[in-house]
Amino acid sequence: MKLLNIHNYLLRHVQVMLSSLGELWRQPVATSMTLLVIGIALLLPAGLFVILKNVEQVSGEWQHANRISLFLQNEISDKRGEQLAEQLRTWPDIVEVSFQSAQQSLNEFREISGLESLLDTLPSNPLPAVIVIEPAEDQQQEAIEALLARLAALPEVDLAQLDMQWLQRLRSINETAQRGITILAFLLSLSVLLVIGNTIRLAILNRQTEIRVIKLVGGTNTFVRRPFLYTGMWYGLLGGVLAWITLLISLIIISGPIDELATLYDSQFQLKWFAGQMLFALPICGLLLGILGAWLAVSRHLNAIEPS
Amino acid sequence: MIRFEQVYKRYESQQEALSGLSFELLSGEMAFLTGHSGAGKSTLLKLIALIERSSHGQVIVNNQNLNRLPKWKIPYYRRKIGLVFQEHNLLHDRTVFDNVALPLIIAGENHREIGRRVRAALDKVGLLGKERSLPIALSGGEQQRVGIARAVVNRPPVLLADEPTGNLDPELSREIMHLFEQFNQVGVTVFIASHDQDLINQLPYRHITLQQGRLAENHS
Repeated sequence: MKLLNIHNYLLRHVQVMLSSLGELWRQPVATSMTLLVIGIALLLPAGLFVILKNVEQVSGEWQHANRISLFLQNEISDKRGEQLAEQLRTWPDIVEVSFQSAQQSLNEFREISGLESLLDTLPSNPLPAVIVIEPAEDQQQEAIEALLARLAALPEVDLAQLDMQWLQRLRSINETAQRGITILAFLLSLSVLLVIGNTIRLAILNRQTEIRVIKLVGGTNTFVRRPFLYTGMWYGLLGGVLAWITLLISLIIISGPIDELATLYDSQFQLKWFAGQMLFALPICGLLLGILGAWLAVSRHLNAIEPS
Repeated sequence: MIRFEQVYKRYESQQEALSGLSFELLSGEMAFLTGHSGAGKSTLLKLIALIERSSHGQVIVNNQNLNRLPKWKIPYYRRKIGLVFQEHNLLHDRTVFDNVALPLIIAGENHREIGRRVRAALDKVGLLGKERSLPIALSGGEQQRVGIARAVVNRPPVLLADEPTGNLDPELSREIMHLFEQFNQVGVTVFIASHDQDLINQLPYRHITLQQGRLAENHS
């Protein structure tokens, strides 16, 4: 008997779930407009999240290129420079050291710049010798700054320069953007909540008579609430799916130019889609927001509708 | 089955709808509630159906003091009271079958049982052939029968009707009354508010008459 009751209860839930979907299906224009609003509101933070994660990936790729260049004083001999390089190689927070004499620097510059004839007219080599250092990985920014200061203090060193200071700036921009997206996601979630709440409110007002009759023949609040919660659930779920599809289409559209851009920069970068995660996250978020929005609307309006 | 003890009902407008009302309806009894419009008939039925609560005094139905019934229990209480209205209160976007099935769906009955009992109720009111129709396609008398079928489908021990023949011609009204008599004969306590004196004087049941919220007459 108990088993039968559970069976009836579940069957009833499935019936209400399907009939509330049918209800939405019967009003295609109104439903698709609501779904579009919800879809766009969910798409925006999701899309920004994907962009942000990709930017993080770009900066991550360059993290290993966090190099320090030591430009040596002009009067330092190549021999002394090489000795210094050897010495630096023993420092625990340095993994890679390479020495490039002033002459090598000049040769390199000659090759790259193509200004051979002009360089030949110079009386002496204007370029300094350079020691390029790669700090140990996984170091905090502060540790690298400290290393930079110690290197700059060496008497042979004219200038110590961290190549990738802009990377640091990019990271902090990234962090700012991340907070911004969090706020945006919160506000847009709120708007999804309100859109669904308002839609459900209208549905409740449209069905006042029905609600009164149901209460008259012994319907509990739970019973009356159920179809509206399922309606909210469908709105959120379908809106989430719509957002996912739109996100995918947008990514398809921009992936071509991005690949081209990555090739031009000779980068290993590949656009990360997060399609799997988003297929999971967007509908779930939508569904939860939908149920919550419907719940808020229903608890606000249902008690006011009593038989009289 | 239904007992009123010194019941007062005052609305927020300070208007007193019922004052000092006491009477008792026995289990299995059938009675009419009469009086002019505004005498308090509807208010009295609303107190029994817990659509309103008394301002003072006790309403006891089926040994249950309604004043002590918490709000969340009201739906379960209402499932034991069949309600019939003058305006039928049917859902016009659902078939006759679905209208009658509503109390059973609410009570969580299983599919097969719902079908069986809805058909039995429709058979009882003579509308078995119309289960697929929409209420709008039915005549006033037929709509009222659908309302009655819905009220009795979950076999409540008490049946309340508020002016059930209000919009019907005398012959249809007699048929409806006859239906109520049939339910009474199988043990249902029936309480009908009506101002149709001609009709109810023909029937051998007790009259409880209200006048300005007070008991004016209580006789067979």
